Amino acid sequence: MEKVVGAGQYQLSHLEALEAQSIHIMREVVAEFEHPCLLFSGGKDSLVMLRLAEKAFWPARLPFPVMHVDTGHNFPEVIEYRDKRVAELGARLEVASVQQSIDSGRVVEERGPNPSRNRLQTRTLLDAIAAHRFDAVFGGGRRDEEKARAKERVYSFRDEFGQWDPKNQRPELWGLYNGRYHNGEHIRVFPLSDWTELDVWQYIADESLEVPSIYFAHRREVFRSDGMLLAVSPFAAPPEDEEPFETTVRYRTVGDMTCTGAVESNASNVEEIIAEVAASRITERGATRADDKTSEAAMEDRKREGYF
Amino acid sequence: MELLRFATAGSVDDGKSTLIGRLLLDSKAIFEDQLEAIERTSRKRGDEYTDLALLTDGLRAEREQGITIDVAYRYFATPLRKFIIADTPGHPQYTRNMVTGNSTADLTLVLVDARKGIVEQTRRHAFLASLLRVPHLLLCVNKMDLVGYDEAVFAAIREEFKAFATRLEVSDLSFIPISALQGDNVVQRSLNMPWYDGQSLLHHLEHVFIASDRNLIDTRLPVQWVVRPTASVVPDYRGYAGAVAGGVFRAGDEVMVLPSGLTSVITSIDSYDGPIEEAYPPMSVMLRLADDLDISRGDMICRPHNRPTVGQDIDAMMCWMTDRPLQVGQVVALKHTTRWVRAQVKDVHYRLDVNTLHRDESADALRLNEVGRVSLRVTQPLFYDSYRRNRATGSFVVAPEDTNVTSGAGMILGAD
Repeated sequence: MEKVVGAGQYQLSHLEALEAQSIHIMREVVAEFEHPCLLFSGGKDSLVMLRLAEKAFWPARLPFPVMHVDTGHNFPEVIEYRDKRVAELGARLEVASVQQSIDSGRVVEERGPNPSRNRLQTRTLLDAIAAHRFDAVFGGGRRDEEKARAKERVYSFRDEFGQWDPKNQRPELWGLYNGRYHNGEHIRVFPLSDWTELDVWQYIADESLEVPSIYFAHRREVFRSDGMLLAVSPFAAPPEDEEPFETTVRYRTVGDMTCTGAVESNASNVEEIIAEVAASRITERGATRADDKTSEAAMEDRKREGYF
Repeated sequence: MELLRFATAGSVDDGKSTLIGRLLLDSKAIFEDQLEAIERTSRKRGDEYTDLALLTDGLRAEREQGITIDVAYRYFATPLRKFIIADTPGHPQYTRNMVTGNSTADLTLVLVDARKGIVEQTRRHAFLASLLRVPHLLLCVNKMDLVGYDEAVFAAIREEFKAFATRLEVSDLSFIPISALQGDNVVQRSLNMPWYDGQSLLHHLEHVFIASDRNLIDTRLPVQWVVRPTASVVPDYRGYAGAVAGGVFRAGDEVMVLPSGLTSVITSIDSYDGPIEEAYPPMSVMLRLADDLDISRGDMICRPHNRPTVGQDIDAMMCWMTDRPLQVGQVVALKHTTRWVRAQVKDVHYRLDVNTLHRDESADALRLNEVGRVSLRVTQPLFYDSYRRNRATGSFVVAPEDTNVTSGAGMILGAD
């Protein structure tokens, strides 16, 4: 049947439009940069990004390696997922280890109980970018996550120190991305900039993507810390006045075990997660990330230093 | 569910943040922890009420100075559409941000304070929306509660703006009387203005017809990347990947490739998810052709009887975005579709006063936040359409080669 132009046909759904934009961004990067790389944590955003990369370059393999910045404080389920996914794709995996940065004296472990390696990651990441001469680094950051991110460009320019300068960003117009840089500088690229948490989960459902099991409700021993539920692990133990307890939880974000909180939830499949996210009254980072609670500008400050 | 991108522009006190805050609150896109955080900051600063502007003013400098310095993107959805708001500050020094926000917008929402009526900024915002050819312009007359919900006030502003808009190129213009603070005509039709028989703002955003805004006539695919897998399962595979910039491609169509001028036939439109029947903007696709032509990034696939203009002399409206001015004789890098070329500035014909639309023909440079008509000569032919006809093949950005910073945005003029 002949389609009628202008009668509401030829219209993409919002997810199809977001997918098309992300694929466009990834192809631009591969066409214009020498050494791109994709940051892959095993979290939901990076696994969506990986699927988009598959689509962008199919039937060819990924034209870049994936890199995991490994704090050493990982959820074992996530590492298992990471290795499985990388093997399926036949991708090259680079692991940048925070432990190695500590061992070689590049960074010093935080003091106090349950030290987090969140901030230390930045050094490890920047060292790895320099060592591999990566000039474009894909990250899974989204603008709806956090208010400093809401102002960051899709192509986020980083100077020779890896710093982001929010007051001095390149204007970004139409689909014309400017990836020009001088030696030693690089660009962070955020293909999921316009996606929301709900878009990500709906895409995971549409694509039937497998996700690490910690996103689904499970029984876990946890303790309360600063209003969050942290898992009892070799890296985080409850303070003396807190009694650990077992409950049914899931994770909304995947990060370092020392600063990623669980939420009480019975959502055991993607459809139930979508329903929960749609009804949630708290942002994913607000609910689950101690690293953002340090101050109003915690994310902005870390990003200025070169964080994801 | 469709996607609608809209840009907002408004002056400091016209209630833009309140309006956005209300849209986000009522569509449940603001979360409790975000509200708590801005309530804390408001208290700490000693504000009398919770300042919803803090929701969009995310940077430390913005919160400290109480100003918005950059485009903030905000997201909300209703069951009908997902919305992306490019929230831009209204101050003249941020013309470049407004140009940026409007470049991808389907609709521009301009706010007017009912007590003040049309002011210089209103005209500037409307002009920039028309310069960037945003298909839909919506004027919201805010603070109707402060003028007693008086129909005459709304009608006078509407007529004055209509008279001004005749000098612009606006294809769809709408007016809505609202009170962002009281919620009148924002989500629900207001009982306070029975004389208004139109829709609420949210209803307008959900239903404005955007399907015909794209160019589905002039078939254009700027080649972005040639997919050539080195794998034995797909020997000799060659696909031309890109984002469709206009028209509709189908398997079996005869196509022409520029600059070579050689023709071939589309054998298939391939994707990870299987063959695609029809490819149209803004899809990212991959074409395969019957003949083995020499095609690389920057080439343009079109139809033999509908080709873009091929040329090295470009006449364009430009907005300048950095401190160092654009000057005659200057050489810059220029990105158009998927190719970078060098461009030399041949002439600055005039500078346009974005408030009065007056043309200053004595200008020989464009400074930060200035708009003017410019002639450029480029090192290699571009395959372009006028911006009026196609936003994707009629736009470009430039960057000086020493700084690499995106410094100017161009909209190509030309016979349609």
